[in-house]
Amino acid sequence: MFEDPKTPRPSASLLAQRLGALDPVELRQRQIAAERALLMRGITFNVYGDAAGTEKIFPFDIIPRVIGASDWRTIERGLKQRVRALNLFIGDIYGARKIIKDGIVPESLVLSASSYLPACNGIRPPKDIFCHVVGTDLVRDRDGQFYVLEDNLRCPSGVSYVLENRQVMKRTFPQIFDQLRVRPVDLYPTKLLETLQHVGANGSPTVVVLTPGVYNSAYFEHSFLAQQMGVELVEGRDLVVRDDRVYMRTTRGFQRVDVIYRRIDDVFLDPKAFRPDSLLGVPGLVDVYRAGKVALANAPGNGVADDKVVYAYVPKMIEYYLGEKAILPNVPTYMCEDPKDLAHVVANIGDLVVKAANESGGYGMLVGPQASKAEQEDFKLKVQKNPRNYIAQPMLGLSRVPTIVDDAIEGRHVDLRPYVLYGDDIFVLPGGLTRVALRKGSCVVNSSQGGGSKDTWVLAEGDSLSPPPGPVATNGQSQSQGS
Amino acid sequence: MLSRVADAIYWMNRYVERAENVARFVDVNLHLALDFPEAGEQWEPLVATTGDNELFRKKYGEGHATRDNVLDFLTFDRESPNSIVSCLQLARENARSVREIISSEMWEQVNHAYLMVTEAARTKAALDTPHDFFTEVKQASHQFVGTTYLTMSHTEAWHFGRLGRLLERADKTSRILDVKYFLLLPQPSDVGTTLDALHWSALLRSASAFEMFRKKFHTITPNKVVEYLLLDRKFPRSVFYCLSKAERSLHAITGAQMGTWTNGAERELGRLNSELSYADTREILGRGLHEYIDNLQQRLNYVGQSVFETFFAMKEVDPDETRSRPPPPLSSTGLGDA
Repeated sequence: MFEDPKTPRPSASLLAQRLGALDPVELRQRQIAAERALLMRGITFNVYGDAAGTEKIFPFDIIPRVIGASDWRTIERGLKQRVRALNLFIGDIYGARKIIKDGIVPESLVLSASSYLPACNGIRPPKDIFCHVVGTDLVRDRDGQFYVLEDNLRCPSGVSYVLENRQVMKRTFPQIFDQLRVRPVDLYPTKLLETLQHVGANGSPTVVVLTPGVYNSAYFEHSFLAQQMGVELVEGRDLVVRDDRVYMRTTRGFQRVDVIYRRIDDVFLDPKAFRPDSLLGVPGLVDVYRAGKVALANAPGNGVADDKVVYAYVPKMIEYYLGEKAILPNVPTYMCEDPKDLAHVVANIGDLVVKAANESGGYGMLVGPQASKAEQEDFKLKVQKNPRNYIAQPMLGLSRVPTIVDDAIEGRHVDLRPYVLYGDDIFVLPGGLTRVALRKGSCVVNSSQGGGSKDTWVLAEGDSLSPPPGPVATNGQSQSQGS
Repeated sequence: MLSRVADAIYWMNRYVERAENVARFVDVNLHLALDFPEAGEQWEPLVATTGDNELFRKKYGEGHATRDNVLDFLTFDRESPNSIVSCLQLARENARSVREIISSEMWEQVNHAYLMVTEAARTKAALDTPHDFFTEVKQASHQFVGTTYLTMSHTEAWHFGRLGRLLERADKTSRILDVKYFLLLPQPSDVGTTLDALHWSALLRSASAFEMFRKKFHTITPNKVVEYLLLDRKFPRSVFYCLSKAERSLHAITGAQMGTWTNGAERELGRLNSELSYADTREILGRGLHEYIDNLQQRLNYVGQSVFETFFAMKEVDPDETRSRPPPPLSSTGLGDA
């Protein structure tokens, strides 16, 4: 938010000025009120293995992160380009594999990705869309440049917090909203529904959201999205396959389902196709999907493109499929599979962040500069034993934003997860989940590792350095009654 | 709607109603104990009203139904399945599993009620001023009913909710009557005494029926109390009132004409209601109130079981059924009453 300790970025100056005018006690009170609102509204996530108090609110900091219109333009263009290329890549991998034949991406790499699903070979999903909902994580380095940290193409979470955080923020700082031209995020559920309907078979397809159930950590989100779209939230036990179709059990008998926004991992979707021990899924679902009689969003198997090693090839994919240079750069990445890179990683492990290819939630990683010698040695061994499974990246100077810590405001590291929908067109929600590492000095922002969130304010085009003169007319809110 | 969802909405409503009823009769008993310290406090019957005597005895042993034991058992004990906190926790779990179907106001109401009781359980301060606490529980339930009425479309899901709530309420009113009747059955020497009148008033108050009863009958007699709580057509907690509205919701769900039936629940409930509508208190008391209520409760259980089998059970796929039927029009008779 700041260019240097004293100077806010131009897009954030008005906010900084406003926040500066608030007495710290008042700021703290608003923070408490916001947290209470989240609890009362039951906006929580579940913690596995925690008996009575199974739910917690996702820590929320009321100081928003502001992103100016021109920065956002770049992000939006870059994400659209990236998602387009990733979608083509997945189709290619489960189809003709031209990119492999042309020697751009090594075959061994793709086939060894644990998220590659041979069962999906030859399946063409409706409209050739594989990644309907994408959450790509971005970080901003010291230089102000945004980099792609990783892509999430399976079941990216968090968008419900984006929408709910905004509701809470509107209550918390109504005056500031009036003056800054923050772009709304409320249209996400509508766009999501359109995206899902787009891949449905007939005119008004029946769309459902498939959840593992109330004990899943993201259950709130599943239920929230179903509610906001006005569609059924189903569990595996609510669905049955019969005569090449999927049906849900209703009080009036069985009703056909056309599109499933599934929030269950690939291998739990169908015990017949993947894990026979799974009780979460629907036996026979993949056969129906293969026959084109039901659409699944996101498509099973597309995790092959968010493998952390495959990630390193995305800029090449963009060039290969689209003939364009990547607009959003990757974080420079060493692939331990490559002997030269591996040697570098082992020699410099204390300066690098090392990540396992298929872990998420901040697990299976080493933050070199913050790790003990023993941890570093331990990771060296792991990497050498299974180089395919690791990448390493230099430690970025992750941008920090002001955050309320006890009674003071301090800088904390953040990342950003914008949400992209691939339907009739590609849509990037203007905003996203800003995750913040609440522990001082930490760069790990995952909620499972003590991270919190912030509202992300993307300013409208023509965002000015000073408030617009006179009363602000925002999107009809100031229109008189009955107009 | 999904069978699982209908089930959850039905039970969410039953549990909120159950919590309210527990609050009601505990509160009245506390008042009674304050009025008649010399008469010896009667706490055992309260446990009987919830039907959990066995669990209670296992926990505290025979003859240990003291004020504190019973209060804790019925309010904050999470091991006791019908304590207020357990009921609201279950209501909330059900609400959480159908948040996308109910209005967010309803969800917030249930969530709020649960958090309020959890907080009270933590501090235990609520039992220093129990009346305030039980009033809050009752109000939370009333607010839930009002919020539901005003924020949720009165379609199938709403009718499942109302069905659950009214079956629960009918059951609890009948239990209050059953337990209290035996307890209060006057000795010839007590008839007409202050003690007698106060006990019967307390019974009416358990069902919030005292004032309305007075308006209708003025004088309190056991017969009239039984008549009012079992058969009154206008009082919203009387068994007959609850069951006749429950029947309307059941028919609104299936679309079947009133007076006809398409499943076991409709048949049994319809038959029960016609009997109640022609019933006579003298006849009931002649046969024995306890036997009458026992029979009534068995039949209510059968209705509940049939509702489960007809709408909620996870049946095998029947190929004929996969051609989904169009929903029947909701009959207007089901609307308009909470």
